[in-house]
Parts: sequence; C-alpha cells; structure tokens
Amino acid sequence: MSPRTLFEKVWDGHVVRPDTAETPAVLYIDLHLVHEVTSPQAFSVLREGGLPVRRPDRTVATMDHSTPTLPRRADGSWPWADPQAEAQVSKLTRNCQEFGVELHALGQPTQGIVHVVGPELGHTQPGMTVVCGDSHTATHGAFGALAFGIGTSEVGHVLATQCLLQRKPRTLAVRVEGALGPGVTAKDLVLAIIAKLGVGGGTGHVIEYLGPAVRALSMEGRMTLCNMAIEAGARAGMVAPDEVTFSYLAGKPRAPRGEAWEKALAAWRQLPSDEGASYDREVTIDASAIEPMITWGTNPGMAIPVTGTVPSPAAAAEADRPALEGALRYMGLAPGRPILGQPVDVVFIGSCTNSRIEDLRAAAAVLAGRKVKVRSLVVPGSVAVKAQAEAEGLDRVFRDAGAEWREAGCSMCIAMNGDHIERGQYCVSTSNRNFEGRQGAGGRTLLASPATAAAAAVAGAVADPRRMGAV
Amino acid sequence: MEPLRTVESRTVVLPAANIDTDQIIPARFLKVTDKQGLGKALFSDWRYDGEGKPRADFVLNRPEAAGARVLVAGDNFGCGSSREHAPWALVDAGFRAVVSTKIADIFRNNALKNGLLPVVVDPATHARLLAAPGATVSIDVEAQTLTLPDGSRASFPLDAFSRYCLLNGVDELGFLLAQRPAIDAFESRR
Repeated sequence: MSPRTLFEKVWDGHVVRPDTAETPAVLYIDLHLVHEVTSPQAFSVLREGGLPVRRPDRTVATMDHSTPTLPRRADGSWPWADPQAEAQVSKLTRNCQEFGVELHALGQPTQGIVHVVGPELGHTQPGMTVVCGDSHTATHGAFGALAFGIGTSEVGHVLATQCLLQRKPRTLAVRVEGALGPGVTAKDLVLAIIAKLGVGGGTGHVIEYLGPAVRALSMEGRMTLCNMAIEAGARAGMVAPDEVTFSYLAGKPRAPRGEAWEKALAAWRQLPSDEGASYDREVTIDASAIEPMITWGTNPGMAIPVTGTVPSPAAAAEADRPALEGALRYMGLAPGRPILGQPVDVVFIGSCTNSRIEDLRAAAAVLAGRKVKVRSLVVPGSVAVKAQAEAEGLDRVFRDAGAEWREAGCSMCIAMNGDHIERGQYCVSTSNRNFEGRQGAGGRTLLASPATAAAAAVAGAVADPRRMGAV
Repeated sequence: MEPLRTVESRTVVLPAANIDTDQIIPARFLKVTDKQGLGKALFSDWRYDGEGKPRADFVLNRPEAAGARVLVAGDNFGCGSSREHAPWALVDAGFRAVVSTKIADIFRNNALKNGLLPVVVDPATHARLLAAPGATVSIDVEAQTLTLPDGSRASFPLDAFSRYCLLNGVDELGFLLAQRPAIDAFESRR
C-alpha cells in the first residue's frame, strides 16, 4: 500500500460503501455529540418517521449554548435568559429520555461545553470519526480523530443511520517549524495560521498540523489549534496522536482500560502519517516569528501581533479595500495606529477554544496580585474544569482581581444565554469568532489568548501579556 | 423537499466577501425548536437598526428585492457556524439559489438538503453579476448552467448525487436508510 496520511487512514477505516461517480461515500461515525441548539429538528424527523436512534451507545448529549452561567437560585431554579432558552434545553432532556441518549445535563458534574466534555470524559479517542451539529467539532481532531461539524439534517442522518454521505475532502499540511516564544500560545499560533491562509483558505480541505511546535503543545493547546481550523474554512484539523495524547487519555472515564487499552494503544500508534505520504497542499509557518496575536477586524483572519498596527486600506490591494474599510468602520478603529493601548470595555475568558484548565492557569498567572479595570468574565468550559480550577485556588485569583467567576457553558462566545456585550463595546475575548454582533448586537470583538485577554483586563486596554509575566 | 429544476429570477446583490452565518441569522434567533418562519430574522442586524426599524438603504428592504429568488454574494459566502438555520432562513425568505465565487463547506451541504442551490461561478461571471443588481438570470439545475440577461452562459459544479436529489426532490435520509444491510455488515466486521 502506498504511504497514507493520518486523515486517509481514518477515512479508509470508516468507509461503509466507497464513493462512485453517482453517489458519495457512506462514512461510518463512531461518536455523535449532541447539544440543544442544533438537534431538536433532527429528533423531530426521527419521531415523524417512526425511527429509533440507531446507536444510542455512540451518541452523547450535553447542554451548553443556551444555559445560564449564573448559579441556581435559592429555590433551586436556574436563572434562564428567557423562556425560549429554557424550552430548548427542556426539549433536549425530553428527546434524550425518549430516544435513550446519554445526557450530561445542567446541574450534573459532567456537564459543560460539548467540545470540552467529550475529550475530558474520554469519549473522544484517536482514529475515531466524530461529528456534532457544531462547526467547532474540529476541536476533537487534536486526538487524531476525524472530527467535523454538520448541520441539523445530517444530525438526523447520523441519529438514524450512524452514517453520513460524504465526498472525500482534500488534505492540507500546515507545518509549524521552530518553537513558540515565551508568552506565545496555541491561540496565537492558530490566529497567525488563519491570517496566513485566509478565512476561506482551507475550504474543501482537512488540515493536518505537523512539525516540532505542534508536537510541543499540550492536549489543551492542540485542541485550541484544531478548534479554529474551521475559521480558515477547513472542516477539520488533525494532530497525529503521540505520548502526549496517550497520557492525557489514560484513566479518563470512557477511555479503554486493561487489555482493551493495550489493544487500542497498538492501533493508535499506527495512525500517524506514513513517511512519504503526500498532501494536496502544504504550508509552512515559522513558530519563532509569531508574537501574541489579536484581531482588529470582523473575521478571524484579520489578526495582527499585539505590537502591530491596524492595517491601512490605502496600503492594501484594491480588491481588498472594501472589506478592510467595512471592518474598520464597524470596529471604530483608525488605520495605521498601534493596537496596543486601544481601550476595552469587557474581557471574556472562556469558550470551546480557551476554557480548559491550562487556559485558566495562563489567565490566572497574569491576574495574580492584580486588579481588573473592566468587566471581566471567566467562564470554565465544564463543571469538571471549574472544580479543578477551584481545587488549585484559581477562582480566588480571579475573584480577588475583581473578575466574575461563572458556571460552565458557551456564555459570551455566542451570547445566547444572556451573557453579552452592549452595542459599541469592545471586548477582548478568548473565543473563536469576531463576526459582527457575535457577542451581542453591535458589539466589537478582539480575539486573543487567555494571557492577552487577562493583560487587557488589568490594563483596561489592549496590552502585551509578556510585560505582565505571561510565560 | 420540492423538486428544483430551474430558477429564473431577478438577483439581489450583497457584494461583501466572507458573509458569515452570524450575519445570515444571528445566534439569538437559534433558540427555536422548529424551522418555520426564520425568514423574518434573515440578515436581521443588517436589515434593522438598534430599535428594530428597517434600514431603508439595505438591499433586502428595497421594493425591487421583493420576490427575488437568487442571492448573489461576495466571495466565501456562508463561512462560520454549522447552523442550518441559515439556509432555512434564506429559503423561508423565498431564495432558491446563492451565487458566489466560493461557498463554505458546511453551508453548502446544509443548503443542498433544503432545496437551496449553491452556485459557484468563475470570477468574470461573478463580477458581471455584482455589477448588475436586479438582473434577471436563469439557472438550470440539470444542465448546471447560469444564463445572464445577454444570453451568455456560465457553468457551475454540482455533485451528481446532489443534482439527482434536487431534481427529484429526494431526501438523502431515504438513501442512507436503504444502506442498512451494508451498515449492519460494517458494524459486525469491526
């Protein structure tokens, strides 16, 4: 057999029926993650057709988008943003009961953001195919899984058949040579990659991240890297599994144990791309040249180093000018000015991109012994992350600094649960999208790492985290 | 799903590149548990001001946009989230085709499942469409062609299976359910 990439090995292992000129491949799905926003209409299709969930044992649900991040009231009720949010979450509970699907529900110790909970419970494993009605499903590619977001119709397909109809995507190798400098994180790396590829640059491709700077990342860092593959237009990002992956997974509740673990390990070790395997495209990035990054515009590709200046449309190619001018107008930023010192109103530390324990530690390292100057929300990705952070005393650091320490959920990344910014406000956010209105109608988002966000909270303005002790 | 064979309509043009799904339908409208009536939330933050009043200068609020079935948009339309609410909102508002030079993967998949045709044309054709808002175009699904007012034609790619489903109003779920023996066999040999 000719040398194959990681992606090709996972793909080949899941083809139920190969594609032909007339029909796409039938691809088997190992793990289907479900949440409240993109599933109700899919369960309705099953109900209307009298269909069961084919593999409830391969289907796992949690609630995260519409859930409150303030604690229960004294009477035990949750402070819902509105009746619609409560109704949507209740619908998920009823659907899971009716169809026999495991649910990590609000109030349980296993609840949290779907892309935080899946990995931390060990549901996500190398070599799997993983889907969810959520574009940030790409996160799970950090384990060497083929993981991608699907729409609600396809959620219905997977519930009913455990399969999807797919044409094989192309492959894109992103090689990251060298090493990231002090205070420069996976978030900065992925923002630099998206800036290089463009927000549509990965369309039709699955990215495999390769090279020493990727190998050096923790699982948390790899998840951040893969999470934002979709922001370059790629449906999936993947990192080959290695000892870092295996030691993260060992002992996780749903990871294999005993003899099954040894057998799984042997199979997982076969997954990395073969020597000489080829990709449809290749891009190389020098990690040592990357600085802490921040976005200035209205898509994640509009990123610059924190020490850089806001781009000037006059200096851009004519075709790119309208987009730059539109983004500057929406953001209320002047071209050619340093982004450092830009005043901010809110700081958000959380989301499926940056709400894991390592992210909270990075933010706490900057906030320790300091005070925030602006409203700062710290939202752990899961109940388990929250508990671990509290065991490490990070919650004290955040509270002492004057930040709000919240319950787990998507929160201000997507602003569906009542956590939002006001029209015209600037928010330095560790989330993944700076689209217009993403964090609240008329709100202005600047994407950055947890350390950079914490530095902005302290300064009340965009600041360089390396000058505040970030490592 | 209704069969879709041809679309003949005046165009509505949104020339901005990278129109993301948060613009097509903001997240606050996703708290529904059905798919009806989402057309009123289509491009909500562009159509309405902070007080909820229609912005007179936004193209979808102009009288000539009424009844349009073809949206012409800048490069990389539909990037961002996997929300199928985006094509649901477009279809509910009357659209049957979206034309661009690039259409994001998940949006394209979702559109095809709802009788909304993703049409990717060459940059020259795209430039002509952007320059002539309201032009009447004719799209032939079977022939995979878009015809401009002067009679010139551009072809566009369409997967054979997607074309079959659109032309016949076939839902993909039926095809997948018919694969049950192959899926059973796959599960038992693993």
